[in-house]
Amino acid sequence: MVDETRESVHARWVRVTHWILSASVLTLAFSGFVILMAHPRLYWGDAGNDLTPALIELPISRNFRHGGWADRTSISENDPGVISASRTFDTFNQNGWGRSLHFFAAWGLVLVGSVYLIAGILGGHFQAHLRPRLRELSPPLVWRDLVDHWSPKGRPAPRGPNYGLLQKCAYSAVVFLAAPLAVLTGLTMSPRVSAAFPFLLRVFDGAQSARTLHFAAFLVLLLFAIVHVVMVIRSGFRRQIRAMTFGE
Amino acid sequence: MKKLITRRTAIVAGLASAGGLLLTRYPKNLPPTYGNLLRMGDNLTYSAHRALLPGQPLVKEYRSSDITSFPAIGTTNPGTYENPLVAAEYRELQKGGFQDWELSVEGSVAKPRTFSIAELKQFPSRTQITRHTCEEGWNAIAQWTGVPLSTVLDATGILPSARFVMYYACDDWLDSIDMLDALHPQTILAYGMNGRDLSVPHGAPLRIRVETQLGAKSIKYLNRIVVLDEFDDGGKRGAIQNGWAWDMGI
Repeated sequence: MVDETRESVHARWVRVTHWILSASVLTLAFSGFVILMAHPRLYWGDAGNDLTPALIELPISRNFRHGGWADRTSISENDPGVISASRTFDTFNQNGWGRSLHFFAAWGLVLVGSVYLIAGILGGHFQAHLRPRLRELSPPLVWRDLVDHWSPKGRPAPRGPNYGLLQKCAYSAVVFLAAPLAVLTGLTMSPRVSAAFPFLLRVFDGAQSARTLHFAAFLVLLLFAIVHVVMVIRSGFRRQIRAMTFGE
Repeated sequence: MKKLITRRTAIVAGLASAGGLLLTRYPKNLPPTYGNLLRMGDNLTYSAHRALLPGQPLVKEYRSSDITSFPAIGTTNPGTYENPLVAAEYRELQKGGFQDWELSVEGSVAKPRTFSIAELKQFPSRTQITRHTCEEGWNAIAQWTGVPLSTVLDATGILPSARFVMYYACDDWLDSIDMLDALHPQTILAYGMNGRDLSVPHGAPLRIRVETQLGAKSIKYLNRIVVLDEFDDGGKRGAIQNGWAWDMGI
Protein backbone atom coordinates (compact mmCIF):
# COMPACT_ATOMS: atom_id res chain seq x y z
CA MET A 1 0.00 0.00 0.00
CA VAL A 2 0.95 3.62 -0.37
CA ASP A 3 2.72 5.23 2.53
CA GLU A 4 0.79 8.48 3.00
CA THR A 5 3.30 9.96 5.42
CA ARG A 6 6.30 9.76 3.07
CA GLU A 7 6.47 11.55 -0.27
CA SER A 8 6.67 8.68 -2.77
CA VAL A 9 8.26 8.95 -6.22
CA HIS A 10 7.12 7.96 -9.72
CA ALA A 11 7.98 4.33 -10.54
CA ARG A 12 10.42 3.85 -13.38
CA TRP A 13 7.85 2.14 -15.65
CA VAL A 14 5.49 5.09 -15.13
CA ARG A 15 8.23 7.56 -16.04
CA VAL A 16 9.31 5.66 -19.18
CA THR A 17 5.77 5.06 -20.45
CA HIS A 18 4.77 8.65 -19.59
CA TRP A 19 7.38 10.12 -21.92
CA ILE A 20 6.90 7.63 -24.76
CA LEU A 21 3.12 8.13 -24.61
CA SER A 22 3.57 11.93 -24.45
CA ALA A 23 5.70 11.85 -27.59
CA SER A 24 3.17 9.55 -29.31
CA VAL A 25 0.19 11.76 -28.45
CA LEU A 26 2.00 14.94 -29.51
CA THR A 27 2.92 13.33 -32.85
CA LEU A 28 -0.64 12.04 -33.25
CA ALA A 29 -2.07 15.51 -32.59
CA PHE A 30 0.27 17.15 -35.11
CA SER A 31 -0.16 14.56 -37.88
CA GLY A 32 -3.89 14.29 -37.18
CA PHE A 33 -4.25 18.02 -37.70
CA VAL A 34 -2.40 17.75 -41.03
CA ILE A 35 -4.76 14.94 -42.09
CA LEU A 36 -7.81 16.99 -41.05
CA MET A 37 -6.57 19.90 -43.20
CA ALA A 38 -7.11 17.73 -46.30
CA HIS A 39 -10.85 17.68 -45.55
CA PRO A 40 -11.75 20.08 -42.73
CA ARG A 41 -15.43 19.13 -42.66
CA LEU A 42 -17.06 16.90 -40.04
CA TYR A 43 -20.30 14.93 -40.41
CA TRP A 44 -22.63 12.66 -38.46
CA GLY A 45 -23.74 9.25 -39.73
CA ASP A 46 -22.34 6.79 -42.25
CA ALA A 47 -21.27 9.13 -45.02
CA GLY A 48 -20.44 12.74 -45.81
CA ASN A 49 -18.57 14.66 -48.49
CA ASP A 50 -18.32 18.04 -50.23
CA LEU A 51 -21.67 17.48 -51.96
CA THR A 52 -23.54 16.78 -48.72
CA PRO A 53 -24.16 19.13 -45.76
CA ALA A 54 -21.49 19.24 -43.04
CA LEU A 55 -22.02 19.20 -39.28
CA ILE A 56 -19.01 21.46 -38.72
CA GLU A 57 -16.67 23.20 -41.15
CA LEU A 58 -13.27 24.08 -39.70
CA PRO A 59 -11.43 27.05 -41.26
CA ILE A 60 -8.03 25.38 -41.14
CA SER A 61 -6.81 25.04 -44.71
CA ARG A 62 -7.51 26.25 -48.22
CA ASN A 63 -9.77 23.19 -48.61
CA PHE A 64 -12.20 24.96 -46.25
CA ARG A 65 -15.46 25.85 -48.03
CA HIS A 66 -13.91 25.35 -51.43
CA GLY A 67 -15.86 25.86 -54.60
CA GLY A 68 -14.85 24.56 -57.99
CA TRP A 69 -17.25 21.74 -58.77
CA ALA A 70 -18.26 21.18 -62.41
CA ASP A 71 -20.80 19.08 -64.30
CA ARG A 72 -23.33 18.54 -61.53
CA THR A 73 -25.52 15.60 -62.50
CA SER A 74 -28.14 13.55 -60.72
CA ILE A 75 -26.88 10.01 -60.14
CA SER A 76 -29.94 8.47 -58.53
CA GLU A 77 -33.21 7.35 -60.10
CA ASN A 78 -35.10 7.81 -56.82
CA ASP A 79 -33.68 11.04 -55.42
CA PRO A 80 -32.71 13.96 -57.70
CA GLY A 81 -30.84 15.49 -54.75
CA VAL A 82 -28.25 12.72 -54.93
CA ILE A 83 -25.69 14.19 -57.31
CA SER A 84 -22.19 13.90 -58.59
CA ALA A 85 -19.82 16.67 -59.62
CA SER A 86 -16.22 16.80 -60.79
CA ARG A 87 -13.63 18.58 -58.67
CA THR A 88 -11.79 21.23 -60.68
CA PHE A 89 -9.31 22.71 -58.22
CA ASP A 90 -6.02 21.76 -56.57
CA THR A 91 -6.38 20.64 -52.96
CA PHE A 92 -4.10 20.76 -49.93
CA ASN A 93 -3.11 17.14 -49.25
CA GLN A 94 -0.13 16.01 -47.16
CA ASN A 95 -1.69 12.70 -46.18
CA GLY A 96 1.11 10.56 -47.63
CA TRP A 97 3.58 11.20 -44.83
CA GLY A 98 0.82 12.60 -42.61
CA ARG A 99 -1.12 9.38 -42.23
CA SER A 100 1.94 7.12 -42.14
CA LEU A 101 3.36 9.27 -39.32
CA HIS A 102 -0.04 9.17 -37.59
CA PHE A 103 -0.05 5.37 -37.67
CA PHE A 104 3.61 5.14 -36.64
CA ALA A 105 2.78 7.21 -33.53
CA ALA A 106 -0.45 5.25 -33.02
CA TRP A 107 1.63 2.07 -32.67
CA GLY A 108 3.56 3.84 -29.90
CA LEU A 109 0.31 4.79 -28.18
CA VAL A 110 -1.26 1.33 -28.52
CA LEU A 111 1.79 -0.84 -27.68
CA VAL A 112 3.22 1.28 -24.85
CA GLY A 113 -0.30 2.19 -23.70
CA SER A 114 -1.11 -1.53 -23.40
CA VAL A 115 2.02 -2.09 -21.31
CA TYR A 116 1.00 0.87 -19.12
CA LEU A 117 -2.56 -0.45 -18.69
CA ILE A 118 -1.48 -4.03 -17.90
CA ALA A 119 1.22 -2.89 -15.48
CA GLY A 120 -1.11 -0.33 -13.91
CA ILE A 121 -3.84 -2.88 -13.28
CA LEU A 122 -1.65 -5.80 -12.17
CA GLY A 123 0.75 -3.70 -10.11
CA GLY A 124 -2.03 -1.90 -8.24
CA HIS A 125 -0.94 1.57 -9.44
CA PHE A 126 -4.40 2.47 -10.73
CA GLN A 127 -6.10 1.17 -7.59
CA ALA A 128 -3.68 2.96 -5.28
CA HIS A 129 -3.15 6.27 -7.09
CA LEU A 130 -5.63 6.92 -9.92
CA ARG A 131 -8.99 5.76 -8.57
CA PRO A 132 -10.87 8.61 -6.85
CA ARG A 133 -12.26 7.30 -3.54
CA LEU A 134 -15.97 7.67 -2.90
CA ARG A 135 -15.32 9.60 0.33
CA GLU A 136 -13.12 12.05 -1.65
CA LEU A 137 -15.99 12.91 -3.96
CA SER A 138 -17.94 14.84 -1.32
CA PRO A 139 -18.78 18.43 -2.40
CA PRO A 140 -16.67 20.18 0.30
CA LEU A 141 -13.54 18.21 -0.65
CA VAL A 142 -14.08 18.77 -4.39
CA TRP A 143 -14.62 22.48 -3.67
CA ARG A 144 -11.43 22.69 -1.59
CA ASP A 145 -9.38 21.05 -4.32
CA LEU A 146 -10.84 23.42 -6.93
CA VAL A 147 -10.02 26.47 -4.78
CA ASP A 148 -6.51 25.14 -4.20
CA HIS A 149 -5.97 24.86 -7.95
CA TRP A 150 -7.11 28.43 -8.62
CA SER A 151 -5.51 30.24 -5.70
CA PRO A 152 -2.01 31.56 -6.38
CA LYS A 153 -0.80 30.15 -3.05
CA GLY A 154 -2.47 26.75 -3.13
CA ARG A 155 -1.23 23.61 -1.49
CA PRO A 156 2.12 22.54 -2.96
CA ALA A 157 1.42 19.73 -5.43
CA PRO A 158 3.05 16.39 -4.68
CA ARG A 159 5.75 15.39 -7.14
CA GLY A 160 5.13 11.69 -6.71
CA PRO A 161 2.02 9.64 -7.44
CA ASN A 162 0.04 10.70 -4.35
CA TYR A 163 -2.28 12.68 -6.56
CA GLY A 164 -4.97 15.12 -5.49
CA LEU A 165 -8.64 14.52 -6.22
CA LEU A 166 -8.86 16.55 -9.43
CA GLN A 167 -5.63 14.97 -10.66
CA LYS A 168 -7.10 11.50 -10.12
CA CYS A 169 -10.27 12.44 -12.00
CA ALA A 170 -8.38 14.05 -14.89
CA TYR A 171 -5.85 11.22 -15.27
CA SER A 172 -8.56 8.54 -15.04
CA ALA A 173 -10.66 10.33 -17.67
CA VAL A 174 -7.70 10.44 -20.06
CA VAL A 175 -6.49 6.88 -19.45
CA PHE A 176 -9.85 5.13 -19.37
CA LEU A 177 -12.09 7.32 -21.54
CA ALA A 178 -10.46 9.79 -23.95
CA ALA A 179 -7.50 7.67 -25.10
CA PRO A 180 -9.54 4.46 -25.63
CA LEU A 181 -12.21 6.52 -27.45
CA ALA A 182 -9.54 7.96 -29.76
CA VAL A 183 -8.16 4.48 -30.54
CA LEU A 184 -11.56 2.85 -31.10
CA THR A 185 -12.97 5.65 -33.28
CA GLY A 186 -9.71 5.61 -35.25
CA LEU A 187 -10.09 1.88 -35.89
CA THR A 188 -13.74 2.40 -36.92
CA MET A 189 -12.60 4.60 -39.81
CA SER A 190 -10.57 1.71 -41.26
CA PRO A 191 -12.46 -0.17 -44.01
CA ARG A 192 -10.71 -3.47 -43.24
CA VAL A 193 -11.04 -3.24 -39.45
CA SER A 194 -14.71 -2.19 -39.59
CA ALA A 195 -15.37 -5.14 -41.95
CA ALA A 196 -13.85 -7.50 -39.36
CA PHE A 197 -15.61 -5.80 -36.42
CA PRO A 198 -18.89 -4.38 -37.77
CA PHE A 199 -20.13 -3.60 -34.25
CA LEU A 200 -17.75 -0.62 -34.26
CA LEU A 201 -19.88 1.08 -36.93
CA ARG A 202 -23.02 0.43 -34.85
CA VAL A 203 -21.47 1.63 -31.57
CA PHE A 204 -20.31 4.95 -33.06
CA ASP A 205 -23.33 5.38 -35.41
CA GLY A 206 -21.35 5.24 -38.65
CA ALA A 207 -17.90 5.95 -40.04
CA GLN A 208 -18.28 9.73 -40.25
CA SER A 209 -19.64 9.90 -36.69
CA ALA A 210 -16.55 7.96 -35.61
CA ARG A 211 -14.38 10.53 -37.40
CA THR A 212 -16.18 13.39 -35.62
CA LEU A 213 -15.81 11.63 -32.24
CA HIS A 214 -12.13 11.02 -33.06
CA PHE A 215 -11.78 14.80 -33.39
CA ALA A 216 -13.74 15.30 -30.13
CA ALA A 217 -11.35 12.91 -28.34
CA PHE A 218 -8.45 14.97 -29.72
CA LEU A 219 -10.01 18.16 -28.31
CA VAL A 220 -10.39 16.55 -24.86
CA LEU A 221 -6.78 15.33 -24.93
CA LEU A 222 -5.59 18.77 -26.11
CA LEU A 223 -7.48 20.49 -23.30
CA PHE A 224 -6.01 18.02 -20.81
CA ALA A 225 -2.48 18.55 -22.15
CA ILE A 226 -2.76 22.35 -21.84
CA VAL A 227 -4.12 22.26 -18.26
CA HIS A 228 -1.60 19.54 -17.34
CA VAL A 229 1.36 21.62 -18.54
CA VAL A 230 0.02 24.78 -16.87
CA MET A 231 -0.28 22.89 -13.57
CA VAL A 232 3.23 21.45 -13.97
CA ILE A 233 4.59 24.98 -14.49
CA ARG A 234 2.61 26.39 -11.54
CA SER A 235 3.82 23.68 -9.17
CA GLY A 236 7.48 24.04 -10.10
CA PHE A 237 8.42 23.14 -13.68
CA ARG A 238 12.00 21.98 -13.02
CA ARG A 239 11.02 20.03 -9.92
CA GLN A 240 8.15 18.20 -11.69
CA ILE A 241 10.13 17.45 -14.86
CA ARG A 242 12.95 15.98 -12.74
CA ALA A 243 10.40 13.95 -10.76
CA MET A 244 8.84 12.49 -13.91
CA THR A 245 12.21 11.91 -15.61
CA PHE A 246 14.58 10.78 -12.85
CA GLY A 247 12.11 9.73 -10.17
CA GLU A 248 13.43 12.24 -7.65
CA MET B 1 7.98 -7.68 -4.54
CA LYS B 2 4.97 -6.12 -6.15
CA LYS B 3 7.13 -3.96 -8.42
CA LEU B 4 9.14 -6.97 -9.70
CA ILE B 5 6.00 -8.88 -10.66
CA THR B 6 4.67 -5.83 -12.46
CA ARG B 7 7.72 -5.39 -14.60
CA ARG B 8 7.99 -9.09 -15.39
CA THR B 9 4.30 -9.27 -16.31
CA ALA B 10 4.65 -6.27 -18.57
CA ILE B 11 7.65 -7.75 -20.38
CA VAL B 12 6.00 -11.16 -20.78
CA ALA B 13 2.81 -9.58 -22.10
CA GLY B 14 4.79 -7.43 -24.53
CA LEU B 15 6.87 -10.34 -25.82
CA ALA B 16 3.81 -12.58 -26.15
CA SER B 17 1.92 -10.06 -28.26
CA ALA B 18 5.00 -9.29 -30.38
CA GLY B 19 5.64 -13.01 -30.85
CA GLY B 20 2.05 -13.65 -31.77
CA LEU B 21 2.26 -10.89 -34.34
CA LEU B 22 5.51 -12.10 -35.87
CA LEU B 23 5.09 -15.86 -35.89
CA THR B 24 1.52 -16.76 -36.79
CA ARG B 25 0.43 -15.34 -40.12
CA TYR B 26 3.10 -12.77 -40.84
CA PRO B 27 3.04 -12.06 -44.61
CA LYS B 28 6.07 -13.52 -46.39
CA ASN B 29 6.16 -10.87 -49.11
CA LEU B 30 6.32 -7.38 -47.66
CA PRO B 31 6.68 -4.16 -49.65
CA PRO B 32 10.19 -2.64 -49.62
CA THR B 33 10.79 0.13 -47.08
CA TYR B 34 13.94 1.65 -48.63
CA GLY B 35 15.09 2.29 -45.05
CA ASN B 36 12.22 4.72 -44.46
CA LEU B 37 10.87 4.58 -40.90
CA LEU B 38 7.35 5.49 -42.05
CA ARG B 39 7.30 2.63 -44.57
CA MET B 40 8.39 0.27 -41.76
CA GLY B 41 5.41 1.49 -39.75
CA ASP B 42 3.15 0.91 -42.79
CA ASN B 43 4.45 -2.66 -43.02
CA LEU B 44 3.83 -3.20 -39.31
CA THR B 45 0.21 -2.08 -39.77
CA TYR B 46 -0.25 -4.29 -42.84
CA SER B 47 1.33 -7.28 -41.09
CA ALA B 48 -0.85 -6.74 -38.03
CA HIS B 49 -3.97 -6.71 -40.22
CA ARG B 50 -2.99 -9.95 -41.89
CA ALA B 51 -1.87 -11.63 -38.65
CA LEU B 52 -4.70 -10.52 -36.36
CA LEU B 53 -7.80 -9.96 -38.52
CA PRO B 54 -9.88 -12.77 -40.02
CA GLY B 55 -9.15 -13.41 -43.72
CA GLN B 56 -11.93 -11.97 -45.87
CA PRO B 57 -14.81 -10.49 -43.83
CA LEU B 58 -17.36 -8.63 -45.95
CA VAL B 59 -17.61 -4.86 -45.62
CA LYS B 60 -21.01 -3.44 -44.64
CA GLU B 61 -23.51 -3.30 -47.49
CA TYR B 62 -26.19 -0.62 -47.45
CA ARG B 63 -29.77 -0.18 -48.71
CA SER B 64 -30.50 1.78 -51.89
CA SER B 65 -32.02 4.57 -49.79
CA ASP B 66 -28.57 5.04 -48.19
CA ILE B 67 -26.94 6.04 -51.51
CA THR B 68 -25.37 9.52 -51.26
CA SER B 69 -23.95 12.20 -53.51
CA PHE B 70 -20.53 11.24 -54.82
CA PRO B 71 -17.70 13.65 -55.74
CA ALA B 72 -15.53 12.72 -58.72
CA ILE B 73 -11.87 13.59 -58.18
CA GLY B 74 -8.50 12.91 -59.79
CA THR B 75 -8.92 12.29 -63.50
CA THR B 76 -12.55 13.02 -64.31
CA ASN B 77 -12.25 12.79 -68.09
CA PRO B 78 -9.34 10.97 -69.80
CA GLY B 79 -10.56 12.57 -73.06
CA THR B 80 -8.87 15.78 -71.87
CA TYR B 81 -5.83 14.07 -70.33
CA GLU B 82 -2.44 15.84 -70.57
CA ASN B 83 -1.02 13.06 -72.77
CA PRO B 84 -2.69 13.82 -76.15
CA LEU B 85 -2.30 10.22 -77.39
CA VAL B 86 -4.15 8.84 -74.36
CA ALA B 87 -6.81 11.55 -74.67
CA ALA B 88 -7.38 10.92 -78.39
CA GLU B 89 -7.60 7.15 -77.92
CA TYR B 90 -10.07 7.51 -75.06
CA ARG B 91 -12.27 9.88 -77.05
CA GLU B 92 -12.23 7.43 -79.96
CA LEU B 93 -13.25 4.51 -77.72
CA GLN B 94 -15.92 6.64 -76.06
CA LYS B 95 -17.37 7.49 -79.49
CA GLY B 96 -17.82 3.79 -80.13
CA GLY B 97 -19.61 3.29 -76.81
CA PHE B 98 -16.48 1.59 -75.42
CA GLN B 99 -17.24 -1.50 -77.52
CA ASP B 100 -13.53 -1.77 -78.38
CA TRP B 101 -12.28 -1.19 -74.82
CA GLU B 102 -10.01 -4.07 -73.84
CA LEU B 103 -8.97 -5.34 -70.45
CA SER B 104 -5.85 -7.48 -70.74
CA VAL B 105 -5.13 -10.07 -68.07
CA GLU B 106 -1.54 -11.33 -68.04
CA GLY B 107 1.35 -12.42 -65.82
CA SER B 108 1.11 -15.55 -63.65
CA VAL B 109 -1.98 -16.92 -65.35
CA ALA B 110 -2.31 -20.06 -67.50
CA LYS B 111 -4.18 -18.35 -70.37
CA PRO B 112 -3.37 -14.63 -70.72
CA ARG B 113 -6.07 -12.91 -72.74
CA THR B 114 -8.13 -9.77 -73.21
CA PHE B 115 -11.77 -9.16 -72.33
CA SER B 116 -14.20 -6.68 -73.86
CA ILE B 117 -16.80 -5.02 -71.63
CA ALA B 118 -19.46 -7.21 -73.31
CA GLU B 119 -17.46 -10.33 -72.42
CA LEU B 120 -17.09 -9.16 -68.80
CA LYS B 121 -20.86 -8.61 -68.66
CA GLN B 122 -21.42 -12.28 -69.65
CA PHE B 123 -19.92 -13.47 -66.35
CA PRO B 124 -22.26 -13.76 -63.35
CA SER B 125 -22.43 -10.23 -61.94
CA ARG B 126 -22.35 -8.94 -58.40
CA THR B 127 -24.16 -5.80 -57.22
CA GLN B 128 -23.21 -4.20 -53.91
CA ILE B 129 -24.00 -0.94 -52.14
CA THR B 130 -20.86 0.02 -50.28
CA ARG B 131 -19.08 2.91 -48.63
CA HIS B 132 -16.23 4.52 -50.58
CA THR B 133 -13.74 5.97 -48.07
CA CYS B 134 -11.53 8.64 -49.59
CA GLU B 135 -8.12 8.96 -47.98
CA GLU B 136 -8.83 12.72 -47.69
CA GLY B 137 -11.46 12.08 -45.02
CA TRP B 138 -14.79 12.16 -46.87
CA ASN B 139 -16.81 9.16 -47.94
CA ALA B 140 -19.80 8.32 -50.11
CA ILE B 141 -22.19 5.41 -50.59
CA ALA B 142 -22.98 4.02 -54.06
CA GLN B 143 -24.21 0.88 -55.74
CA TRP B 144 -21.67 -0.93 -57.91
CA THR B 145 -22.31 -3.67 -60.44
CA GLY B 146 -19.56 -5.76 -61.95
CA VAL B 147 -17.79 -9.07 -62.13
CA PRO B 148 -15.77 -10.33 -59.15
CA LEU B 149 -12.03 -10.09 -59.88
CA SER B 150 -11.74 -13.69 -58.65
CA THR B 151 -14.12 -14.83 -61.44
CA VAL B 152 -11.96 -13.17 -64.11
CA LEU B 153 -8.75 -14.57 -62.58
CA ASP B 154 -10.31 -18.06 -62.43
CA ALA B 155 -11.25 -17.77 -66.12
CA THR B 156 -7.61 -17.10 -67.00
CA GLY B 157 -6.29 -19.86 -64.72
CA ILE B 158 -4.38 -18.19 -61.92
CA LEU B 159 -1.08 -19.97 -61.11
CA PRO B 160 -0.36 -21.18 -57.55
CA SER B 161 2.75 -18.99 -57.38
CA ALA B 162 0.63 -15.80 -57.62
CA ARG B 163 0.99 -13.41 -54.65
CA PHE B 164 -0.11 -9.96 -55.89
CA VAL B 165 -2.38 -8.45 -58.53
CA MET B 166 -1.20 -5.26 -60.19
CA TYR B 167 -3.66 -3.17 -62.19
CA TYR B 168 -3.30 -0.28 -64.58
CA ALA B 169 -5.52 2.54 -65.85
CA CYS B 170 -5.40 4.37 -69.19
CA ASP B 171 -4.53 7.63 -67.36
CA ASP B 172 -1.21 6.27 -66.01
CA TRP B 173 -2.53 5.26 -62.59
CA LEU B 174 -1.44 1.89 -61.29
CA ASP B 175 -1.70 0.03 -58.02
CA SER B 176 -1.59 -3.47 -56.58
CA ILE B 177 -3.22 -5.60 -53.89
CA ASP B 178 -2.36 -8.93 -52.26
CA MET B 179 -4.21 -12.15 -53.13
CA LEU B 180 -6.40 -12.01 -50.01
CA ASP B 181 -7.91 -8.73 -51.21
CA ALA B 182 -7.78 -9.70 -54.91
CA LEU B 183 -9.87 -12.82 -54.24
CA HIS B 184 -12.16 -11.04 -51.74
CA PRO B 185 -15.80 -11.59 -52.81
CA GLN B 186 -16.48 -7.82 -52.86
CA THR B 187 -13.43 -6.95 -54.98
CA ILE B 188 -15.11 -6.45 -58.34
CA LEU B 189 -14.41 -5.00 -61.77
CA ALA B 190 -17.34 -2.58 -61.93
CA TYR B 191 -19.03 -1.44 -65.15
CA GLY B 192 -22.21 -0.13 -63.50
CA MET B 193 -22.93 2.50 -60.83
CA ASN B 194 -26.32 3.18 -59.23
CA GLY B 195 -28.09 1.05 -61.86
CA ARG B 196 -26.55 2.75 -64.91
CA ASP B 197 -23.43 2.25 -66.97
CA LEU B 198 -20.39 3.74 -65.24
CA SER B 199 -20.15 7.46 -66.12
CA VAL B 200 -16.94 9.03 -67.44
CA PRO B 201 -16.15 10.97 -64.21
CA HIS B 202 -16.45 7.72 -62.21
CA GLY B 203 -14.27 5.58 -64.48
CA ALA B 204 -16.11 4.54 -67.64
CA PRO B 205 -16.14 1.91 -68.89
CA LEU B 206 -14.42 -0.10 -66.15
CA ARG B 207 -12.99 0.47 -62.69
CA ILE B 208 -11.89 -1.78 -59.87
CA ARG B 209 -13.63 -1.69 -56.49
CA VAL B 210 -11.38 -2.71 -53.57
CA GLU B 211 -13.89 -2.30 -50.75
CA THR B 212 -11.51 -3.40 -47.98
CA GLN B 213 -9.15 -0.48 -48.62
CA LEU B 214 -9.28 3.30 -49.05
CA GLY B 215 -10.83 4.66 -52.22
CA ALA B 216 -7.49 5.50 -53.84
CA LYS B 217 -7.06 1.75 -54.47
CA SER B 218 -10.28 1.62 -56.53
CA ILE B 219 -8.77 3.13 -59.66
CA LYS B 220 -10.80 4.15 -62.69
CA TYR B 221 -10.42 3.54 -66.48
CA LEU B 222 -8.97 0.05 -65.89
CA ASN B 223 -7.38 -1.63 -68.92
CA ARG B 224 -4.68 -4.00 -67.70
CA ILE B 225 -4.25 -6.57 -64.94
CA VAL B 226 -0.93 -8.33 -64.24
CA VAL B 227 -0.74 -11.21 -61.76
CA LEU B 228 2.62 -11.18 -59.92
CA ASP B 229 4.65 -13.74 -57.95
CA GLU B 230 6.73 -11.03 -56.24
CA PHE B 231 5.89 -7.58 -54.95
CA ASP B 232 6.41 -4.79 -57.49
CA ASP B 233 6.39 -1.21 -56.19
CA GLY B 234 5.28 0.17 -59.56
CA GLY B 235 8.35 2.40 -59.91
CA LYS B 236 7.91 6.17 -60.11
CA ARG B 237 4.16 5.83 -60.66
CA GLY B 238 3.66 3.56 -57.66
CA ALA B 239 2.51 4.60 -54.19
CA ILE B 240 5.72 3.82 -52.29
CA GLN B 241 8.11 5.87 -54.39
CA ASN B 242 5.65 8.76 -54.11
CA GLY B 243 5.77 8.63 -50.30
CA TRP B 244 2.46 6.84 -49.73
CA ALA B 245 1.65 3.64 -47.87
CA TRP B 246 1.07 0.74 -50.27
CA ASP B 247 -1.54 -1.05 -48.19
CA MET B 248 -4.55 1.18 -47.53
CA GLY B 249 -6.68 -1.22 -45.48
CA ILE B 250 -5.67 1.27 -42.72
